[in-house]
Amino acid sequence: MWLKFEPRPEPSRVMTYLSPLLAVGLMFLSGLILFLILGKSPVEGFKVFFMNPLRDSYGVAELLLKATPLMLCAVGLSVGFKANVWNIGAEGQLLIGALAGGWLALRFEGSHSPFLLPAMILAGALGGMLWAAIPAFLRTRFNANEILTSLMLVYVAELMVSWLVHGPWKDPDGFNFPQTKLFSAAATLPILLTGTRVNAALLFALVALVVGWVFMNRSFMGYQMKVAGQAEFAGRYAGFSAKRSVWIGMLAGGAMAGVAGISEVAGPIGQITEHISPGYGFAAMIVAFVGRLSPIGILFSSLLMALLYMGGEQAQQYLNLPSSISKVFQGMLLFFLLGSDVFINFRPRLVRRRK
Amino acid sequence: MPTPSPDTPRLAIRGIRKVYPSVIANDGIDLVVMPGEIHAVLGENGAGKSTLMKVIYGVIRPDEGEILWEGERVTVPNPAQARALGIGMVFQHFSLFETLTVVQNVALSIPGKLDLAALSKRIEEVSERYGLPVDPRRMVHALSVGERQRVEIIRCLLQNPRLLILDEPTSVLTPQAVRKLFETLRQLAAEGVSILYISHKLDEIQELCHKATVLRGGKVTGTCTPSQETPQTMARLMIGVDLPACCHGEAEGGGEVRLRIQGLSHVTDDPFGTNLKDIHLEVRSGEILGIAGVSGNGQQELLRAISGEEPLTQKQAIELCGLPVGHLNPARRRGLGMCFVPEERLGRGAVPRLSLTENILLTAYRKGMLFAGLIRFGVAKRFAEECIKRFDVKCGGAHSEAKSLSGGNLQKFIVGREIMQEPRLLVLAQPTWGVDVGASSFIRQSVLDLRNSGSAVLVISEELEELFEICDRIQVIAKGTLSPSKLTADTNVEEIGMWMSGLWPGAKTEGASHVA
Repeated sequence: MWLKFEPRPEPSRVMTYLSPLLAVGLMFLSGLILFLILGKSPVEGFKVFFMNPLRDSYGVAELLLKATPLMLCAVGLSVGFKANVWNIGAEGQLLIGALAGGWLALRFEGSHSPFLLPAMILAGALGGMLWAAIPAFLRTRFNANEILTSLMLVYVAELMVSWLVHGPWKDPDGFNFPQTKLFSAAATLPILLTGTRVNAALLFALVALVVGWVFMNRSFMGYQMKVAGQAEFAGRYAGFSAKRSVWIGMLAGGAMAGVAGISEVAGPIGQITEHISPGYGFAAMIVAFVGRLSPIGILFSSLLMALLYMGGEQAQQYLNLPSSISKVFQGMLLFFLLGSDVFINFRPRLVRRRK
Repeated sequence: MPTPSPDTPRLAIRGIRKVYPSVIANDGIDLVVMPGEIHAVLGENGAGKSTLMKVIYGVIRPDEGEILWEGERVTVPNPAQARALGIGMVFQHFSLFETLTVVQNVALSIPGKLDLAALSKRIEEVSERYGLPVDPRRMVHALSVGERQRVEIIRCLLQNPRLLILDEPTSVLTPQAVRKLFETLRQLAAEGVSILYISHKLDEIQELCHKATVLRGGKVTGTCTPSQETPQTMARLMIGVDLPACCHGEAEGGGEVRLRIQGLSHVTDDPFGTNLKDIHLEVRSGEILGIAGVSGNGQQELLRAISGEEPLTQKQAIELCGLPVGHLNPARRRGLGMCFVPEERLGRGAVPRLSLTENILLTAYRKGMLFAGLIRFGVAKRFAEECIKRFDVKCGGAHSEAKSLSGGNLQKFIVGREIMQEPRLLVLAQPTWGVDVGASSFIRQSVLDLRNSGSAVLVISEELEELFEICDRIQVIAKGTLSPSKLTADTNVEEIGMWMSGLWPGAKTEGASHVA
């Protein structure tokens, strides 16, 4: 006897939406087993990891703060993913966005102009788009695989940040720490809820979700990209431009990642350092898929992913576990999601081995 | 005609029943096939023919009923088991891997290790013997529909089956090649092979088959001896009513030129494609021009050149309503009033996982379905509902996914979508390929009505019967060149069949390689 997967004639629509929940459930379960193996009480582990972060309003605010860049990146990426444009480089686009906007903050550090902050946000978006335009150009002009090129550009962006904060942009009064000067008040995002770090970037993210939903579900361009993603030849037959899909998919991801980047440095961080993002650009891909590439789903999955980040910090403090524990949870979540999705399209069957 | 031997039946099935959640596909079907008998299975799309054949070939399990193979009760759990019993099947939808060569594809269905060179030789022998020319070394993705079907037939014949199931096998062959295939089938039958022959071409069934079983709505509505019937009586058994005859109307002719192709030559990127050489044609308003030819002679390339899916360097070579359009993409050409029905329905003419409403948007979005870049779903839905109603598309409604429709119904939907846009020029490729008689005659009538309303129509088809039924003029494509045009009234199947070999007066006599 062996296990065989055969395609289901009619994949279940309900399960398409239930499978992320199933994946979350399985992630919880395996997490408990993992705590047990590590010699920690599973109940205690669960409490520290998933309940502690949310025990007070400050914790909830931190959750929103961390969910913001994830939401921004994920909604931008999902526009491309729907059209089979695989932008894996949101992390790099986020960093370049932070650099582009941050450059304005440093260049006009004495300014009190109300236009400085909007200009920085715009520069952040343009920086991310620029970084995403490179793989888009290589794909449309030379048919170079955007998965590889966008990923490689992440490392270029990381090194560029590192070089700038160690070199030309280093704060001369910063005791030689690899970081820039703190941004002025005019170059910092206003706080939304006093006593927390939640800032205006959350509004950008919510607007992005709405705009993303309208684009993907109601606009003709979003429709064209869906067609390009699902049936390339139908798109060509209809006369939809495949190149335009690639450009829009890449640029949407780049712009949103860039806004996420500038929002981090002009928000909770307040300066450019070597550690702008704890992998938001990569985690956003998981967020996008757990959210089924839909803005409504992304709203919830970004909160979940933010919880995993915070749980990881708590586990580090109170359970004496390495911080990479949150990466393990991220990985399990994606693994279980992809695993559950296999069962949506295929059903397992035991068959007798043939001679 | 060889008479079947009166031994035990090669295949007898009793009371086969197969129920799907939404439909009873087979409801108590009985069928007996004797050794050496050519047995037709007739029925409209959705009558249950394909389900029945899949039950016999082990693709699906019946809920009830039994199968007797040469007198013994058997279960056929899978196609490999069916092949082991001696059942071969040529599917209507091909099961070939595009990225493999012909010989590699054939090797996949033959158990055990194989010498590909020796297999290539066997393929060549079989293909020569049965008049099914195909080069075993070619990649499948570069083959036309007709050539792919040949590969499927050859693949079956290589396994010396005792029962051969053929699903619409002749739709892509020249009349001469059909003759040759029939000779082959008769020869096989004389050797004792039983043949189950699924077709909607009633005259072919009459000519070839010893017996016929007619299905309607999952039930057997009758068995007959085709030689004692007329196509009309068989059609009545099959669809329950008399077949509507196409109402032609007078050709207007002499209208303005809607499509003019002048000296179009195009070298394809596809190493196995056919290059177009110096193509000339003209289609005027109020007329239907047909292009005949054996598949793989440049039809696909010509279609892509006309639709704009293949960008051209010659801007002037194609004129649409008097404007040069060689450089325009398909959307821009549609804007000038061209509509187009492609050969492949799922994946090209329609997006499988999108609803019919969303599939309307694919080409008909100009009909007031957009506002400021946003989609007016209400307008699209009404258009879809009207298309479903006017063109009698059987489906769950405008929200049904395109892939849930049967081939014939999806084709009616696509043809309807294009015709309802009131095109100045409509281009159709294989409009009724694999579509049942009822739907075919409906589609042809719709095309005739469109022509009578003053549109220009270009039909590229491999079914001569169809071209003779609806076209005012016919041209033939062979090896990438196009013959002069002939008024349909002034020619006949034999002459066009001859031209399909590339032998028309004034043709460069290099001979055509794709000809059977």
